[in-house]
Amino acid sequence: MMRKLANDLVRNKAIYFMVLPVVLYYFIFKYLPMYGSIIAFKDFSIAKGVWGSPWVGLDNFKDFFDSIYFWRVLRNTLLLSFYQLLFGFPAPIILAILLNEIRLKLFKNVVQTVVYLPHFVSLIVICGLILDFTNREGIISTMIEFFGGERTTLLGDAANFRFIYVFSSIWQELGWSSIIFLAALSGINPELYEAARVDGAGRFRQMWSITLPGLIPIIMILLILRIGGLMDIGFEKIILLYNPNTYETADIISSFVYRKGLAEGQDYSFTSAVGLFQAGINFVLLISANWFSRRVSGNRLW
Amino acid sequence: MVRGNGNLKNNTMTDRTFDILNAILMLLLIVVTIYPFYHVVMASLSDSNRLIAHQGMLLGPLGFSWEAYSRVLDNPNIFSGYRNTLLILFSGTLFNLFFTALGAYGLSRKFMLRKPIMIAIIFTMYFSGGLIPTYLLINNWLHMGNSLLALIVPVAISTWNLIIMRTSFEAIPESLIESAKIDGSGEFGILFKIVVPLSMPIIAVMILYYGVAHWNSWFNAMLFIRDRELFPLQIILREILVINDTSSMQLGDAMADQEGIRESIKYATIMVATLPILLVYPFLQKFFAKGVMIGAVKE
Repeated sequence: MMRKLANDLVRNKAIYFMVLPVVLYYFIFKYLPMYGSIIAFKDFSIAKGVWGSPWVGLDNFKDFFDSIYFWRVLRNTLLLSFYQLLFGFPAPIILAILLNEIRLKLFKNVVQTVVYLPHFVSLIVICGLILDFTNREGIISTMIEFFGGERTTLLGDAANFRFIYVFSSIWQELGWSSIIFLAALSGINPELYEAARVDGAGRFRQMWSITLPGLIPIIMILLILRIGGLMDIGFEKIILLYNPNTYETADIISSFVYRKGLAEGQDYSFTSAVGLFQAGINFVLLISANWFSRRVSGNRLW
Repeated sequence: MVRGNGNLKNNTMTDRTFDILNAILMLLLIVVTIYPFYHVVMASLSDSNRLIAHQGMLLGPLGFSWEAYSRVLDNPNIFSGYRNTLLILFSGTLFNLFFTALGAYGLSRKFMLRKPIMIAIIFTMYFSGGLIPTYLLINNWLHMGNSLLALIVPVAISTWNLIIMRTSFEAIPESLIESAKIDGSGEFGILFKIVVPLSMPIIAVMILYYGVAHWNSWFNAMLFIRDRELFPLQIILREILVINDTSSMQLGDAMADQEGIRESIKYATIMVATLPILLVYPFLQKFFAKGVMIGAVKE
């Protein structure tokens, strides 16, 4: 075995030489942090280093589970993620199906060009717009007042955060996320539609019996990925939009880790434990989702 | 509405109603997507005093004034932010391309450790050490804090892009590579003289993906950069748009004037920072979509 490897190293030395920087990159920037996350089981101090700091076992995890934050950030993470899944996941599928029904190619292209656009605008600008449109003097407040409501700064109230977060995310990513479904749709055999028409199927029947089933494999794969990432909401948008008034509904695990670990305090061990808890749950979710999907539908990631 | 295929006999009443409703829905979607940007353009050109008194939708500019733009362009932070972002964009993307191409080509060849290396790489898509250890690594152990290196080296390779590129390299006929070998080409020669020139479309897609990521990224800069002169554009934008700190804007002396112009400065800032993307976007949109499609048909 070792002999064979040694021979291979000599024979393909140029290839190994090329792959080396990539391997080093992954080792340093992906695997060293995994090693570094053992500070979650330690009372880490920078002076003593990762290895020199004393072990404390599961104390940091216990502190997190016992803290008032545990349920709050867990609930917020799961709820935001669940709403994103419930409303955000089907939206691009529906859009792709509707786009597929547009026969006028020019119109279809125009719609596509327009709806992809917000994906490319930076998150800072998007959040700037959200803050501006939802503040006391903003357009949305004005509309609420027009329909008889009261004018307020919408993001000053914890009750509105989830809606604004989920709705704006759909607005920004709807078009872009539909591309992958459109790609799958372009692979459906046109003869299927021809045959369905001959059998007297109308447009809805065709959508239901041909278009949608044609999308099922890609839907399943993306769904597994989403369920695997259920705990893994991007915190960039959260920390741009939230404020102490909305922590109650907006603070998720990763924004909590950022705030307690880097922005406010520097409790590295405690926040590493919180981060590790999240990564662990994610990993378990992904494996179970993949296992479940393989059992039920035969679609899987690996 | 013209129907490209199908015969007209099947064009029943419900089908036509559906077409019309669908078209209306799509038009509505266009309006909802475009309006916020339209609003920004109109507000940035508006007279600031009228803008502050106005509430609700803007159908056209209120009055007309370039003042907000001239204030934004006078702001030295915007200028240095642009400069830093462009610097990161060019050097970072070049760095990305080089290492991604190297890895993608290497991993598309057959060698003994290929499979374990691929598994180790893909594993990092599903499990990571997390924010805090990564921060400590970059800041305290590699001492990259407060330098633009922290914004380039740690994001040298995106695993997703690496896989897309590898898939595309694997499609190049083996016979081509074999014959180059017979002609005496080494692996590096094959990569840069044969594989890369044959893969220009996917490389263009990669340039766009990495480029846009560098242009939009801000979080690492917020974590690692402390000197104002090194701030990329997005961090400056965050101060103005999100934290709402216009103290760096060198406003006029009168407070009333400040309040008034502040709003239009915000919109002009958005325009100045987004215009480059908006201008190139229509030309690039197809490339991006292509990249997603290539990524979608893996294995």
